Amino acid sequence: MIKLKSTWLDLRTIDDLAAQNTFIHSLNSCTKLVTTLAFILFVTSFSNYEVTSLIPLLFYPVALMSLGNLPYKPIAKRLLLIAPFIVFIGLLNPIFDKAPIAKLGPFLITGGWLSFLSITIKLLLTVTSALILVATTGMNSICSAMAQIGVPKPIVIQILFMYRYLHVLLEEFLKTNQAYDLRSFKTTGIHYKAWGSLLGQLLLRTMDRAQRIYQAMLCRGFDGKVPLRSAASWTKKEYVYLLFCLFFFLFCRFINIPQTLGRLLTGGFQ
Amino acid sequence: MSHHTIDLTNVFYTYPDGTTALRNLSLHIGHGEAVAIVGSNGSGKTTLLSHLNGVLFPTEGAVNIGGYPVVKETLSHIRRTVGMIFQNPDDQLFMPTVYDDVAFGPLNLGYPPLEVEKRVMSVLKTVGAYALKDRPPYRLSGGQKRAVAIAAVLAMDPAILVMDEPTAALDPLARRKLITLLHTFSHTKIIATHDLDMVLDLCKRTIVLHNGTILADGPTLEIFRNKLILEQAGLEQPFSMQNCPVCSKS
Amino acid sequence: MHMADALISPVVGGTLWAATAGLASYAAKKVQSDMDEQKVPLMGVLGAFVFASQMINFTIPGTGSSGHIGGGVLLAILLGPHAAFLTIASILTVQALFFADGGLLALGCNIFNMGFIPCYIAYPFIYKPLVGTTPSQRRIMLGSITAAVVGLQLGAFSVVLETFFSGISALPFSTFVLLMQPIHLAIGLIEGIITAVVIGFIYQEAPQIIQPKAFNQSLGATSIKKVVIVLFILALITGGALSWFASSNPDGLEWSISGTNGEEKLQETDEIHGFFAEIQEKVAFLPDYNFKATSHPTAAEETEATSEAAWPAVDPGTSVAGLVGSVITLILAYFIGKGLQVAAKR
Ligand SMILES: Nc1ncnc2c1ncn2[C@@H]1O[C@H](COP(=O)(O)OP(=O)(O)OP(=O)(O)O)[C@@H](O)[C@H]1O
Ligand SMILES: [Mg+2]
Repeated sequence: MIKLKSTWLDLRTIDDLAAQNTFIHSLNSCTKLVTTLAFILFVTSFSNYEVTSLIPLLFYPVALMSLGNLPYKPIAKRLLLIAPFIVFIGLLNPIFDKAPIAKLGPFLITGGWLSFLSITIKLLLTVTSALILVATTGMNSICSAMAQIGVPKPIVIQILFMYRYLHVLLEEFLKTNQAYDLRSFKTTGIHYKAWGSLLGQLLLRTMDRAQRIYQAMLCRGFDGKVPLRSAASWTKKEYVYLLFCLFFFLFCRFINIPQTLGRLLTGGFQ
Repeated sequence: MSHHTIDLTNVFYTYPDGTTALRNLSLHIGHGEAVAIVGSNGSGKTTLLSHLNGVLFPTEGAVNIGGYPVVKETLSHIRRTVGMIFQNPDDQLFMPTVYDDVAFGPLNLGYPPLEVEKRVMSVLKTVGAYALKDRPPYRLSGGQKRAVAIAAVLAMDPAILVMDEPTAALDPLARRKLITLLHTFSHTKIIATHDLDMVLDLCKRTIVLHNGTILADGPTLEIFRNKLILEQAGLEQPFSMQNCPVCSKS
Repeated sequence: MHMADALISPVVGGTLWAATAGLASYAAKKVQSDMDEQKVPLMGVLGAFVFASQMINFTIPGTGSSGHIGGGVLLAILLGPHAAFLTIASILTVQALFFADGGLLALGCNIFNMGFIPCYIAYPFIYKPLVGTTPSQRRIMLGSITAAVVGLQLGAFSVVLETFFSGISALPFSTFVLLMQPIHLAIGLIEGIITAVVIGFIYQEAPQIIQPKAFNQSLGATSIKKVVIVLFILALITGGALSWFASSNPDGLEWSISGTNGEEKLQETDEIHGFFAEIQEKVAFLPDYNFKATSHPTAAEETEATSEAAWPAVDPGTSVAGLVGSVITLILAYFIGKGLQVAAKR
């Protein structure tokens, strides 16, 4: 139930954030989707032991969060919820990969630790960029963008419908679950004897609802086609944004900025 | 104009599971009338309304809307004539935003985009929901959802408005606003409701349903004064008609 | 069981993206040609249903713990494989976007593991034959549990393969298998039982939902077989082409292929790892020029295979420079963030 509630709250939070009106929010959704995908591709293309050169890529989420007026807290919270499993898998690397790779003063750094750090940074970057995309764009616009880049219409409609009723059903489930908890006097979960009837009742109600929605659609002339609004077209702003971002990603990919910077400062170029 | 009339003749309806919800129901509703359908839970109100635009077809008997029988072949015409506002607005607002939802009907009717836009804007203004046009439906209050659901139906320009419990779950202010709005419509109106005070306010005629049959059909005031009928149908007199013990003393 | 972006390589992610994209458009076509308009709202609402019920915890008797449902088999029973596949795909997409559960690059992997496997393998090849055309509570129980368990085992194995081929986790293949499969046996059992009791309940209360539709309208085994075959061929070709391109063509100019190709290497797992590590190395746009990543102590063969450049490129100066530069970059990022925030507010 706690999970149900927090899911519902998180959904609302991100949805709220997406309703803002900043420069980033005003960009065409398709541009943002393409940029995000490119970013994730760049991040994951760095090799296992790459740590320092990944760091400048942090500029991207940081800049978007500032320009898009996004709070750090909900995104950090999500990150912490997602992190344990991946960090766990990552932490196994130092155990299995003990080859020394770099030296920092008296310490030898093994490949395992480097790749663990690399995984952690990649996690940070990929998770934040995906969350930033929805929080600055909203589900409906992302769906128009998907239609624009060629995702088949039935899939786009499916996502839109599901997202629409997710809000309704989460609320309904929350109420049912609360009623169950009130009568079962414990809040650990649903007792196995109630599994079938509880979920089954909810399922039947849900299917009835689908039937009513279908009828409401028929009453308004539905004949199998759902009209979708097409996404806005690209303007100069969008092209500039995309090119700028791509240029930045490429720059980070080819030039290890921290290393260069560090060399300059520690006199590595002498 | 005879084409905004509704006729049911000896309608029976049995659900697939064997529940008979309507028994030998006959009624006539004339053009421009405002009629309330009242009755306890499970008396058959929703089932009756579902027959008016072909969501359900009678097991026996016939339904006529504006002289056309409600059968598969006439459905598209019937559904343009009869605008149905469902009991739960969440079932009716299925599109991602208010604007898209209201535009859904006109687009399906094949109106050109400019005409659609004009219609959407105008009905949203009528129901006072213009400012909400870019919001997703789950971001609306109960009253706002109801208003938008009505706008979505009005956008199809129906001649007859059928409403199932329009004031359910509305706060007093939203309810008042809705009643005022409904007053402004000159459509033929059929309202199934438990809100007898609203009936007093809006409908001259009331039909009392009980166990799938018509228990009474007549002028609203007359029916509400008849305690015997109300008791039999499991209803209570509207508050505004009950003798208030405090007021009656003074 | 969600795969994460941080643990997969672009090659693996991209290959499965391509495969699931192809499959999704096929499923979309199928659903469209089904002409069952009723499915439009039904799929949407059932997607929301499965999404929400994944958040409900079910107490496992005798233990203190609880489990939840994945929903792939359940949806396939209610909607048929194509619509169920699209529904699962939509659930995973929203989860990837809103909850960062799995990532955008890993979306293809996740849709494959949790959508394709239950809908196109577990349902048609296990649930349907076991339950047959005359369902009973017993058969439903047996069919659902077996389908869920097999589906999750295959899914978990697929996770292992995807992770392994990505070469980002240093976990040895066998260790990872031993870690994943038993856990998912338990998870699969719970999922199977929940699916069984829910379907059993529906079968008792509203049998018309399950019986006529699911069995008549969903396609016969032949066309499903075709789908499976086509998909695997597609996946093989895409994967093969990508890895061939990647391995033989490091600088995008030479189109020659080396003597060893993928098939031969598939015989020994360590070699596969080495092979993919190589791809990983080369698919990266530039060779890493500072912290040269070369050696795996656990896979000595690999070291030999890949490390032309001598390890370790241990150069304390480089490391210190890297650290200093990183700290400065972080500080810069912080201030630029603050600055932009102020600028945006104006
Ligand atoms: N889908 C259905 N399948 C079977 N029986 C049904 C179905 N819907 C309604 N019924 C039954 O038909 C009868 C009439 O129901 P109906 O929904 O028309 O009542 P109602 O007057 O609208 O009630 P309420 O005031 O609660 O909305 C009831 O006995 C009900 O149990
Ligand atoms: Mg009703």
